[in-house]
Amino acid sequence: MAAQGIQGGRKSNKMTALVADDNMVNRAIHHRLLDNLGIESEAVGNGKEAVDIHCSGKNFDLILMDMDMPIMNGIEATRKLREMGIRSMIAGVSTRSVEHEIREFIEAGLDDYQEKPLTMSKLISIIHKIKG
Amino acid sequence: MDLVQLQRQLVEYRTSLYHEGFLDEQFTQLQELQDENNPDFVVEVVSLFFEDSERLLNELTKALEQQSIDFKRVDAHVHQLKGSSSSIGAQRVQKVCIAFRNYCEEQNVEGCLKCLQQVRHEYSLVKTKLESMFQLEQQILSAGGSIPM
Repeated sequence: MAAQGIQGGRKSNKMTALVADDNMVNRAIHHRLLDNLGIESEAVGNGKEAVDIHCSGKNFDLILMDMDMPIMNGIEATRKLREMGIRSMIAGVSTRSVEHEIREFIEAGLDDYQEKPLTMSKLISIIHKIKG
Repeated sequence: MDLVQLQRQLVEYRTSLYHEGFLDEQFTQLQELQDENNPDFVVEVVSLFFEDSERLLNELTKALEQQSIDFKRVDAHVHQLKGSSSSIGAQRVQKVCIAFRNYCEEQNVEGCLKCLQQVRHEYSLVKTKLESMFQLEQQILSAGGSIPM
């Protein structure tokens, strides 16, 4: 079964993802992980850019959201996107291990949370959640 | 040195890097992401790491030279360094970063300076070792061989 985008009206059947991370090494790795799974991805460097790209009309099947980012962090960005009515799968990724911070992140509207660094198997488990 | 010897040397060298804690499982993950379509992925990401780390180390040096140190700023840079070192599996660098962040929280200047020195040291060690490893890989490829996993 080909990976189908859940948003309609797109020419390709490829899934799309947005990587929101302020670290360029992480962006490169996440891009490669997604690419390996046949997922097209774009990257932004902070939460505000993640929100802005949606305001510009773009939509993604999956958002990989880092928690700690300058200007607007992942928690705020997730909240804002949900307020805007964005129903894409948002997976929080972070190095934080403090429980209440993780809870705050999840409560902001995450569908999944994974501890960094992201690996192939973690990404696959996130994607399985999208497919239901 | 013949091809088989080179390949053996590489495997031994790589194993020692894991053994001595320079690299961890995350580096293996990166290697597994490399394939015929992306044959230079590891070198590319590691190069990004080198670039990013050097920038961060410079920023850290500057920040810690200030009369009145902005610990939040120092912490932000260390956080970045911790993140990228963790992502490529540079375990020893990552470990120093953890201690470094604790000193930032305590606003302990001496502790921070000590960690900066340590992290520079660990970074330069892992850089040298990775570069040696990449050189060995290149030799193998040039000799027409393949990189053993």
